[in-house]
Amino acid sequence: MVLQEITFYLFSAIIVASGVMVIAARNPVHSVLFLILAFFNAAGLFILVGAEFLAMIMVIVYVGAVAVLFLFVVMMLDINYVELRQGFLNYLPIGALIGFILLVELVFVLGTRFATPETVGATGAPIPPLSEMTNTEALGQVLYTRYIYLFQASGMVLLVAMIGAIVLTLRERGGVRRQSIARQVARRRDEAVEVRKVTPGSGI
Amino acid sequence: MAIGVGHFLTVAAILFTLGIFGIFLNRKNVIIILMSIELMLLAVNINLVGFSAHLNDLVGQVFTMFVLTVAAAEAAIGLAILVIYFRNRGSIAVEDINVMKG
Repeated sequence: MVLQEITFYLFSAIIVASGVMVIAARNPVHSVLFLILAFFNAAGLFILVGAEFLAMIMVIVYVGAVAVLFLFVVMMLDINYVELRQGFLNYLPIGALIGFILLVELVFVLGTRFATPETVGATGAPIPPLSEMTNTEALGQVLYTRYIYLFQASGMVLLVAMIGAIVLTLRERGGVRRQSIARQVARRRDEAVEVRKVTPGSGI
Repeated sequence: MAIGVGHFLTVAAILFTLGIFGIFLNRKNVIIILMSIELMLLAVNINLVGFSAHLNDLVGQVFTMFVLTVAAAEAAIGLAILVIYFRNRGSIAVEDINVMKG
């Protein structure tokens, strides 16, 4: 049990520290790298409570896709980040004030009674014990049956996001020769070939 | 003292507050603001998973997957908008983004 607590506090401390570094790092590349560290440690927390599938999805989707996307964009844009940092301290008081107010509110929420398994009553989908079924299997059995419409809808969200990102960033450059398959197919023989009568000895 | 749901809620609350703080602190840099939003979504996910373990209910984990999906879509669209904005204007400072005069 002590091991569990040590692990929890280690992961949590690293998450919070890297969260601080994400918003405070001078270089945005470092921010992204600290974001990746926070995601990895959140995955560790998920494993601690038995949500293994989500932990792996976290690493694959967040670290593998989202954070790398951020990294690409940060490295692709040619921006003077030092200039963007100016006024950092001007916003510090208001940000600290609002963050403090929010934290106090959240602490008040934490002080109240939580829903417990007894007060909630019937749970939506009880987690089966690990001896019967793995986490992935149990999640699949709920996700693909009761939440199939929401699953399809989230697929549509991803499709719309993909199409939107492509449409937004696609750019037509002028002066570039491109293959036009329709014109190639529509070409007739009489447009392409001309029969000339050549008189001997004079050429065309 | 075993690790309960309160511990997870505390970590998530701190992380969420850090996200809000980051948005206010980096008022000029859109990329950091997007990263702060990702931090806040991570805090929400930790909340959901903590309650899922606490109530012995799998639905919280299912919901976390949907949050993850929306977060990925949001990051993709946001960064695409950022790239075309930079291509057109040559800057990503938040103060310059006032074409729509909202």
